[in-house]
Amino acid sequence: MSEREKILEIRNLVFSFRTYGGVVHAVRDVSFDVRRGEILGIVGESGCGKSVTAQCILRLNPEPPGFFENGEILYGGSDILKMKKKELRNIRTREIGFVFQDPMTSLNPTMRIGDQIEEVFLSRTDISKKEVKERALGIMRLVGISDVERRYKQYPHELSGGMKQRIMIAIALVSEPSVIICDEPTTSLDVTIEAQILDLLMDLRERLGTSVIMITHDLGVIAKMCDRVIVMYGGKIVETGDVREIFYETKHPYTMGLMKSIARLDMDKNDVLTPIEGTPPDLFSPPRGCPFAARCDEAMEVCHRYMPGETVLSSGHMTRCWLMHEYARYNSADKGADPISALNGGGGR
Amino acid sequence: MSEKTPMLSVQDLCKYFHLGRHLELKAVDHVSFDIFQGETVGLVGESGCGKTTTGRAIVKLHEPTSGKILYRGSDIFKQNKAERLEYCGNVQMIFQNPYASLNSRMTVSEIVGEGMKIHGQYSKKQQEDRVLELLQKVGLGRDHMSRFAHEFSGGQRQRIGIARALSVNPEFIVCDEPVSALDVSIQAQVINMLKKLQEELGLTYLFIAHDLSVVRYISDRVIVMYLGGIVEEAPADELYRNPQHPYTKVLLSAIPIADPDKIRSKERIAIKGEIPSPINLGDGCRFADRCPYALERCKSETPQMKELAAGHRAACHLL
Repeated sequence: MSEREKILEIRNLVFSFRTYGGVVHAVRDVSFDVRRGEILGIVGESGCGKSVTAQCILRLNPEPPGFFENGEILYGGSDILKMKKKELRNIRTREIGFVFQDPMTSLNPTMRIGDQIEEVFLSRTDISKKEVKERALGIMRLVGISDVERRYKQYPHELSGGMKQRIMIAIALVSEPSVIICDEPTTSLDVTIEAQILDLLMDLRERLGTSVIMITHDLGVIAKMCDRVIVMYGGKIVETGDVREIFYETKHPYTMGLMKSIARLDMDKNDVLTPIEGTPPDLFSPPRGCPFAARCDEAMEVCHRYMPGETVLSSGHMTRCWLMHEYARYNSADKGADPISALNGGGGR
Repeated sequence: MSEKTPMLSVQDLCKYFHLGRHLELKAVDHVSFDIFQGETVGLVGESGCGKTTTGRAIVKLHEPTSGKILYRGSDIFKQNKAERLEYCGNVQMIFQNPYASLNSRMTVSEIVGEGMKIHGQYSKKQQEDRVLELLQKVGLGRDHMSRFAHEFSGGQRQRIGIARALSVNPEFIVCDEPVSALDVSIQAQVINMLKKLQEELGLTYLFIAHDLSVVRYISDRVIVMYLGGIVEEAPADELYRNPQHPYTKVLLSAIPIADPDKIRSKERIAIKGEIPSPINLGDGCRFADRCPYALERCKSETPQMKELAAGHRAACHLL
C-alpha cells in the first residue's frame, strides 16, 4: 500500500477550543497520510476528535473559539494552515470535497438543488453556464438520482433523506476533487439506504480514483469499505493499520474493547457483549498518560503517568500502547500470563 | 409458550393521522401480535414504519383509530380512573432520546420519585430510600440525586430514564430505541443492564429498535414492520437464520457486519428506491415497489399473514 502516492499529509496536528469552561484539547498531536485512491476510515466514539480532525483539513472549525496550537496539513506540498483566504477557497471548491453528517440541515432550504450544486463554479470564469449545468446534471446522474431535470429545480424539502445525502455527495464531487471527506455520511439514514450510499461511494472511488476519508463510529461501515483504518480515542490516534490488521490482529485494548462491545448480526445467542466500563476522558484536562488508561483492564502504573509512544508493528500497523512497547515482554499474544511469570520462565513458549 | 394466555395482546391496531383535506397517514395499519410474560419481543423496521407509534399506543400516548390492546385480558382503552392508574404502574416506557425525555428543571431524585408520588406508595423517607436503591441498581449513586439532567452524559441519562421507568415496579416495559442515541461502548453497558434487570425483576420487554444486531442480541422473538404493517414475525434465531419475507432478507443483507472478510464476501440483495411516502397508500403489498421478486399480483392484492412454522408468520404472496 505504501507505494501509493501521498496526497494529503497531516503532521502533528494540535487543535483546541477556548470556551468559558477552559480550553478543550480536542485533537492532540495527530499525524497521518491519505494516499491516492484509497478509502481511509477514521473510527471512534463521540468526542474522540475524529470530526474536528477532519474539519481541520478544510479549516471548517470556527476560529475562534478554535485555534491551531501546532501542526501542518500538507496538500500537494503546501501547508493548508498557512494559506491565504483565496487559496483556501480554491482548495475547498476544487481539491477537497466534504460531505456532512446531517443532510437534513446541511443543505440550504431556500436554494434550488441545481443552484446548490453549481455554487462551487460561481467564482469561475473558465467554464460556461451551459457547461456548468451539464456538469451538474451529469453528477446528479452519477450519484444515482433519477429524473434529474425535475430534481434540478426542486428544493431540499421535496427530497427524502437518502436523496439529500446523494445531493450532498454530488456537491462534494462536482468539481472533481481528489479527496472527499465524509463525516458520518450514513448515520442518519436507514440501513437499506445506507447500503446504497456506501456502494455509491465505493463505486465512485473505482471510477474516478477519488480518495475518501470516511469518518464513522460504525465498525461495520469500516469493515465494509475501508482500506486503512485510524482508531482515535481522547484526541489521539491509538491504533492505525490496514483493515485486516485492525480487525484480525487488533493490538490496542481500546480497539479490542470496541470490537467486543458491539452487537453483531453473526453473533451467537449465548455470546455476551463486554462493554467498556467508564466514560471517555474529559478533554478539558486530558490525562497525562494514556487517554484510555482509566477504562483499560490491563492498565499498569506507567500507563497513568506517561503517554505511550508509537510502536510500529509492520509497515502500516502502528499502535500507541505500553503493552506493545519493546520494553514490555508481556503482550496481548500471551494473555493471562502476567509480566513477572513471563519473565520467570514463560520464555519457553 | 403458545398455550399460555398473552400478557399483552395487540389486536388489529390501526392508527391513522389526518393531515387535512383528503390526506391520511396510516402510521399503523391492522397490526396484531401477542407478548407473553417474561419474554423480550423485538420490534424492528426503518424510520416511518410505525414501530414507535405502536409502542406509544401501548403506553396510551396515542388513542388508536381502531383495534384493541388487551392487557391481561382487559381493554386498555376502556379503563376507569383507578384501572388506568394501575395500568400505568404496570406498564412503563423508556424513551429514545435521553436528552429530551428528562425534565431539565427537576433534580434526578425528583424525576425518579415523581411516579412514586403519583402512585402514593411510599412515605417521603421511604421514597428517598427507594430512589437511591433504584439509582444504585442502574449504576448511579447518592451524589447524583440532587443533580440536574444536563450534568449527565447520554449513557447516564438513559440510566436515569430506566430508573424512572422502574420506580413504580412495572412488569412490562416498552423500550423505544433505548440505545440508538448512545455511543457503541456505552450501548453495551445499557443493553447488559437491561438484560440483568430483566433477570432480577422478571420484566417483560417490547424492544423497539432499527438496529437488527442489537435486537438479535436481546430478543426472544422479533417482529419486522414495514410502512405500518407487520411483514414477518418469528423467534429471533429463526428469523436471522431463515428469513422468509423479501423485505427481511433485504434488511438483513444490508447490515454491515464488523468483519472485513465476511462482509466483503457476503452477497447483498440490492434494492432500488426508498421507502415510499406513507400518505394515502393504495392497495397491494406495501413493499411491492421495491421488492426484487414482485409479481403482478403483489401490486393489486394485499397479502395476508401466513403461518409458515410454529411461531413464524410472514405476509407475502410468494410464500
